This record gives sequence, structure tokens and C-alpha cells, in this order.
Amino acid sequence: MIADVIDHLAGIQPGSSLDRLRARRPAAREHAQRSYDALFSPETEEEITLVERDAVAAFVAGLHDAPGIARFYADRLAELSPGLLAAVESEVSAGATTGPYGVYPGEGPLSVESDEGLRYRARRPGDLGVRLAAAFEHAHLLVFRPREAGRESLDALARAGWSATGVVTLSQLVAFLTFQIRVVAGLRHLQNGATS
Amino acid sequence: MTQLAFTRDQLGWEPWLTPLETDELTDEHYEALVDKARAKSPYFLLLARDPATLQARTRTDNDIFYNADGGLPRAGRELAATATSRRNGCVFCASVHARFAAHYSKRADDVQRLLDEGVNAPQDGEWQAIIDASVALAATPAEFGANHVEALRAAGLDDLAISDVIHAAAFFNWANRLMLSLGEPVEEPAS
Repeated sequence: MIADVIDHLAGIQPGSSLDRLRARRPAAREHAQRSYDALFSPETEEEITLVERDAVAAFVAGLHDAPGIARFYADRLAELSPGLLAAVESEVSAGATTGPYGVYPGEGPLSVESDEGLRYRARRPGDLGVRLAAAFEHAHLLVFRPREAGRESLDALARAGWSATGVVTLSQLVAFLTFQIRVVAGLRHLQNGATS
Repeated sequence: MTQLAFTRDQLGWEPWLTPLETDELTDEHYEALVDKARAKSPYFLLLARDPATLQARTRTDNDIFYNADGGLPRAGRELAATATSRRNGCVFCASVHARFAAHYSKRADDVQRLLDEGVNAPQDGEWQAIIDASVALAATPAEFGANHVEALRAAGLDDLAISDVIHAAAFFNWANRLMLSLGEPVEEPAS
């Protein structure tokens, strides 16, 4: 049992300078972990199953191309649903790109900053199933081009069987991972250059 | 959809999914909202559909931005939130945190230049280092590296302050994605 996933992924040892530094923001540290717990050890699977959570997480971590973190979430998925792992890896390679990018809506003042990029569609939706294929497409949108999100993005999820509450949790899960992965990346570099 | 420019004006936000109604709220929901005033916000009432995650999210947020035990002053944390929102394209988040950044720094012109011209607009050394670090953290895959840590240190930030930049910027990657994908900003403040 890993007590603190960010410490684990960033390689922070008890008593180290980064351990002491994280202790200065105790509520942020505790509740980043509680966010992880709420999303990955939920009280109910009614709106979104554990397999769906782990599959989306393995996809999102893979898109960030952060090897240790991608492995962590792939291992979680492998424990629960090893058959999905190859499908997720295939989708990660189909979705690989660099962001953020996206077209600003309408003809307004931000149009000059619009930046076209990949609008990922699941490569092999049959391997994922309808709900998960839609979830991956939404997760890719959130990771790389969140400024392009619109009502129609949520309509696509609804057509694939996602409830409003399921969409909220799915969105939280993807968005939380973009936070967790960045904290880990940042702390690793801070650790490498630590002066104290 | 109307398109708004980046602004420090007060904006409203309208959800695309149905938030909970106030009369549906249980003690668990109020605990998740943390601050009772948030029971009037359509954004938090929508997130309250998953109360356990909302509560943990909000307490993470509050400590990253409000914990005043050393580290980076509030203005710098708000600057990181604004720069992240500017880079990701979240007009609503940027409006809120640009107001905070301008208020705490008393540097409204510099904040406005970040909104008007973007993350590449010239800024002084410390602000440049915070904005550059935030932009690198907004990238997928992450572009944040030892050079950003060195630049922040050269600008006078200690390790706790650098950690605050990392957490504030990382947190807004979370916040921007929810605000951008679950609803949209509107010109009139929602009453």
C-alpha cells in the first residue's frame, strides 16, 4: 500500500529536503492524496467503474509520456483488466502529440491565437467499447485542447451512456491527473537541483 | 458561442450540465463545498455531484494558494495561476486570478500585459521566471526542467517558493480543464 502517491512517483524519501518541503503545505499534501483516493478507490462504481478509471488514467499518463507515471497507472490497469492494456497502449500511440493547442471559438479577438492540432478519434473503438472509446476521446480533448471543449463534447459522452455525474467524475479524474503528473515532474527537477 | 477576450472584468459562468439544486444538498455536500457561500455557485454545485472529489480538490486548492507559512507571496501564486490559464486558454479562470494577481502585487499594468499580449509579453526578471515555469508546466508532455528551477532561483525564490510555483501552476491545469469543459464564461456576472 502506497501511503502517498506523489511521494512515491517523485521518489521522495522520508526525512529528505523535499519531504520537509512538502510538510510545509500539509493540507495540500494530504488532500492531493485524498483526491487520488476518491477517484481511484471510490465508494461506488455506479457512474464509472474501476476498470474505466484505471483505463482512462493509463491513457492520460501515457499521453504525458512520463515513463514512471505511465508505468504506475498501466500496472494498476494490468492488475484489474490485463486484456485492456494492449488496447490502451495502441491508443496512446494513436493520440501522441504535444500541447496545449486548439482553435478558439467564434470570430472574436482570440482567433489569431488559434492553433490547429490532432483531433484524436479512438483507433480501435471496438477494443475499448462504446463508453470507454468516448471517454478516451474526451480525455484527449481535455489533455491537449481543452479550449475546444463545447456542449457537443458532453453530448458525445451522453450518447455513449455517460450520466451527468459520470461526466463530472471522469472530468475530475483526467484534470486531477494533469495536476498530479505536473507536481511530480516539477518536484523531481527541484530535487535534482536542490541546494539544501 | 460568443467569444470573449482575456479580461480582468468580472465574468459569469454557465454550466452545460445540470448542477445540484440547493434543496438536494446533504451534509456531505456542504462538507464538500467547504465554504457555504459556494452553494450559490453553479460551478461548485455541478462538481458537488462527486462530493468526495470536490472536497479533496477544494482543500488542496486552498492550501496551495492561502497557506502563508513562508514560500512565495500570494501575488506570485496568483501570477502562476493567471499565466497557466492564459496559456491553456481559460478566459474565466484568467479573469478571476488576474484580478487577484493585480490586487496582491499592485501591478495591474503588468498583469494586463500578460492578458493582452500573452505569455511572451516582456516582464521583469521574477515575473518572467514564474510565467516561463508555468508555461513549461502547461505543456504536454511537460517541458519544465532544471533551467526553469535555475531561473526561479536566480530571481531570488527559495525551494519552498519554487514548490509553490509548481503547485499553483499544476493546480490550474486541473482547474482550467474543468472550467473549460463543463461550461462557459458569460459577459454578465451570474446572479
